[in-house]
Amino acid sequence: MTPSIGGGVASALQLLWVLLAGPLALGLMRKVRSRLEGREGASVLQPLRDLRKLSTKQRTRPTDSTWVFAAAPVVLVASAVVAAAFSPLVTLSALLATRVDFVAILFVLLLGSVSLLLGALDTGTAFAGMGASRAAMVGAMVEPALLVAILAMSLGVGTSNLSRLVGVGVTTSTLAGPARILALVSFFIAILAETGRLPVDNPATHLELTMIHEAMVLEYAGPDLALVTLGESARLVLLLGLFANLALPWGIALGTGALALVGGLLAVSIKVGLVAVAVSVFEVTTAKIRLFRIPELLAGAFLLGVLSVISAVALR
Amino acid sequence: MTILFVAFLACAGASALAGALMPRQGRVLASAVLLIGASTFALVLAGRVVSTGSDFTWSRSTLLPLGGLAIRLSPLGALFVILSGLVAAASSLYWIGYAHHSLNARSAATAFCLFVLGLLAVPMAGNVTTFLFAWELMALSSLALVAHDHARRRDAIAAARWYAVMTQGGAVAITFSLAGLAAHAHSTSFVRIATGATSLTSGAASTFFLLALVGFASKSGAVPLHVWLPRAHAEAPGPVSALMSGAMVNLGIYGIILVGRVLLHGGEQWWWLVVSAVGGVTAIVGALYAATSKDVKRLLAYSTSDNMGLVMMALGASGLTLATGHPAVAALALVTALVLVVNHSLFKSTLFFAAGSVHAATHSRNMDELGGLARVMPVTALTFLAGTLAVSAIPPLNGFTGEWLLFQSLLHALGAHGVAATITVTLAVAAVALTGGLTIIAFVKAYGITFLGRGRSASALEAHEAGPTMRVAASLTALACLVTGVAPYAVIGVVNRALDNGPNSPVAGWVTLRLTPLTGALTPLYLSAALAGAVILVVAWRALVTRASGYARVATLEPWGSGRHNQTARMQYTATSFGEPIMRVFDDVLRPDHDVDVSHVVESRYYLEHISYRSANEDIVERALYRPLARSLDWWARHTRAIANGSVHRYLAYGLVALVIILVVVQ
Amino acid sequence: MTFRIAVGALRRRSRDAETFEAPSTPAASAPSLHGSLQIRHVDAGSCNGCELELASAFSPVYDAERYGVRLVASPRHADALIVTGPVTHNLREPLLKTLAAMPEPRLVISLGDCARDCGEFRGAYGVAGSVEEIVAVDAHIAGCPPRPSEIVSVLRTFTGQ
Repeated sequence: MTPSIGGGVASALQLLWVLLAGPLALGLMRKVRSRLEGREGASVLQPLRDLRKLSTKQRTRPTDSTWVFAAAPVVLVASAVVAAAFSPLVTLSALLATRVDFVAILFVLLLGSVSLLLGALDTGTAFAGMGASRAAMVGAMVEPALLVAILAMSLGVGTSNLSRLVGVGVTTSTLAGPARILALVSFFIAILAETGRLPVDNPATHLELTMIHEAMVLEYAGPDLALVTLGESARLVLLLGLFANLALPWGIALGTGALALVGGLLAVSIKVGLVAVAVSVFEVTTAKIRLFRIPELLAGAFLLGVLSVISAVALR
Repeated sequence: MTILFVAFLACAGASALAGALMPRQGRVLASAVLLIGASTFALVLAGRVVSTGSDFTWSRSTLLPLGGLAIRLSPLGALFVILSGLVAAASSLYWIGYAHHSLNARSAATAFCLFVLGLLAVPMAGNVTTFLFAWELMALSSLALVAHDHARRRDAIAAARWYAVMTQGGAVAITFSLAGLAAHAHSTSFVRIATGATSLTSGAASTFFLLALVGFASKSGAVPLHVWLPRAHAEAPGPVSALMSGAMVNLGIYGIILVGRVLLHGGEQWWWLVVSAVGGVTAIVGALYAATSKDVKRLLAYSTSDNMGLVMMALGASGLTLATGHPAVAALALVTALVLVVNHSLFKSTLFFAAGSVHAATHSRNMDELGGLARVMPVTALTFLAGTLAVSAIPPLNGFTGEWLLFQSLLHALGAHGVAATITVTLAVAAVALTGGLTIIAFVKAYGITFLGRGRSASALEAHEAGPTMRVAASLTALACLVTGVAPYAVIGVVNRALDNGPNSPVAGWVTLRLTPLTGALTPLYLSAALAGAVILVVAWRALVTRASGYARVATLEPWGSGRHNQTARMQYTATSFGEPIMRVFDDVLRPDHDVDVSHVVESRYYLEHISYRSANEDIVERALYRPLARSLDWWARHTRAIANGSVHRYLAYGLVALVIILVVVQ
Repeated sequence: MTFRIAVGALRRRSRDAETFEAPSTPAASAPSLHGSLQIRHVDAGSCNGCELELASAFSPVYDAERYGVRLVASPRHADALIVTGPVTHNLREPLLKTLAAMPEPRLVISLGDCARDCGEFRGAYGVAGSVEEIVAVDAHIAGCPPRPSEIVSVLRTFTGQ
């Protein structure tokens, strides 16, 4: 399959979708949270306002930082949008859909994570080092869970290609095997940890000593901070979108026709919205777990993945 | 082709002579230039063997006993010659600059040249004698290089001692294995051995394979025979570390493939289960110690162990699937193993070059004392960053394709066969995944703590950029990591030819790598292009909004430290503190030693005089396995001393007893 | 159980917007914030009365967040610095450092009477001076302590929401 114009349009659409849906999902999750806390809360559009304001502010850099500090937010956003452009979010036929698989998407996202870690270490502060150290630990625990979950899902289909993994649910009704369900649960826990949501990390904390992700970005200001927020939220909706499409693939466009794309866009937006609300409700009813309990949680996710692999092989 | 070979030998020999005879002025330059020449000839020779697909043979039966000197360069061997040649050429270039710091003595220069010769000769060997000769040349010359700085550093002696014991022990195992095979085939020639091996009993074949595995896996740093590796690779001078990690460990893999696949034709399924299991354990142990290490070169050395573990997992998966009748998967996994070897050579030599430059500039390998080197050593830092991303399997560097292929191999291997192998492969995937995460910790730490932030000691603050040849050598290998990352078929194509995969190669394609007949595709080229495009767009957006905001200048501010006074560089996270969470998570496995000494002032216990904190993270295998072994050996040696008390009469009696025993046995 | 709590929470509302003054037009010198104001708070030596009221302004009852105001941990993320209390000698330098750590454009809002004239603490040996004497102040919220509703009203003049 050669790259087609339709695929290009679809990829561009997905790219723009994560950039817009990311901040909106953040707004939605904050809104749900405030309502459950009995507050009116900020508007769903507030993260977009924040981004707009940040883009008009001054850029700063710590005294002894290098180009790595300035490059990190850029790479974070770039990796997130590239991963989004080639994933089956709106349609199964995005650009390069047949030539980019789940593992590739994961490692592209990893580029963003690593650049953020390095950007944090470049500041030369204790907080950022602490955040990077903790985030690296969580990341190291998340990766096995993610990879094994991907392997388990791929086993049933015989390929790790994402469009096939999602598409198999659309075209056949044999979606909800035990292997896939276990893998999806494992994948979901891994997403929560990877995107720094409760119970792993509290995205709303103001206390440096309890921070994981937030501590890494304490030094960023203005447009750089806007990029960090944008990149992080794009990753969030990308991963939630992948989860939603793997769990409930219906509604995703098969081709790249205009109507199909609009339908796919609506479908993925609704699905991600629902998952985001669910995550938010879960976050309100749970507390952050201790830092050194996180590996236990992720080891649990990992074991679910292994169970899923074994059941996939056993039930074949 | 003979001319090329003779030219290679002549250049290599001349370089060793130059190292031994030239005066100090120009010694290293002459040797290095001749070595680059030798490597180039070897590269061209190997390149022609790979492209024509026919072996190059050359022999002189009078030069060595037992079958004589025989060269048979097969396409598979040629791949390893190419690797050794590339790393050797780059290391020689690097050596020119490094010699201003150390490694310029007569003995060191000669040993360096002989080491390169050995590295290039091992895969060329066509019979057992030549192989063992080249193997020993490589082992002994590298041993001399590890020990060469013994006068100044005691650690070098310890490292050399470990290395000597392990490498010679391994060589004994290899000798037994190859000698046994040769005895069975009544010939030392590898070709004859391969034809003769079909009539071996299963027990004999397994014994020979396991013996060879012990020797070769030890060379590749497989657990539990890896203990020499982090010491020797860390203590060796910069270019030598690069040669050891970039070229020498590969030859262990070459040996396993040679004995297991070429001489013994794949053998039995359980051999490869063993290889996979050893690989998995090696990968995890290596990655774990890399993640918790604070010595930058030790970290790299453990990472070498880790990577060789991944290679062995791929090799194991290949042998496993071959034995169970899935040749397509086996072919893919073998290609994967070799691609991993090539990638590792490229990025690990880059990393060792950069680490060597750091050591030369700061006289320290302890990351807790480094920091902020990216500002004073920008090129070295950039090359180390390339290596960091490559080893972490991050696109667009070359490690990414290797990791992807490994995942595909394991995925398809899992789809291929029965229960025991399913569990092994599932655990292998788990090991790969865990290793991947730990590698990221290790290398984010290595790059972040060493090169970013602020200098933690005077030596880090006063460091200067490495010399031009050192920078060029590191940049060349770093560039190779990028090029083979964007266009991995440059490597895979060569590997396909080296394995003689023919037109239906398991994985091929310049733009898109496609697995055939299995399913799977990846396009590193388009991905890299998309990433580059996205980066440019985002940078443009940032420049645009920055201009529109009216704050064109980026404000340089003191790092935010909650408004405290005296925020010093010592308050930054160090390598030890960065690795502390993972150390705690794996506390039960690593069992690190922590020691806190608190002393109080005499008047009151509430006032502290000083606190000192020590932490040591000694290799658990070394502690649990080798220490007791060494102690029992020691005990044995002390008690057997009673037998040798110096009395001539007693010795004569021993001789008599021995003679009687021999006569009885012979009868 | 959880469900009932959730439904109950969804029914509850923050105090009506009408109880606050509508946002007046911001001062001419104030930068355009596009409806978003991030605040870093520094307690420069306050008796903690103002802190309680500030916390209350973000509580479910007054909920300043609905107008686009958020408290943040890092001065790099902040648009405005809220300073409470008279400035003590010990906190003088941290206050200056915090202000210097903020990206332009930045605002300083002093909260409470002490911040304006040191109040009860004027002349105390530990006090270096009022906030205005240490840094340039863009806006002041009066009161000892100020009511949360007053805090919210002033913040709304900056967000324009």
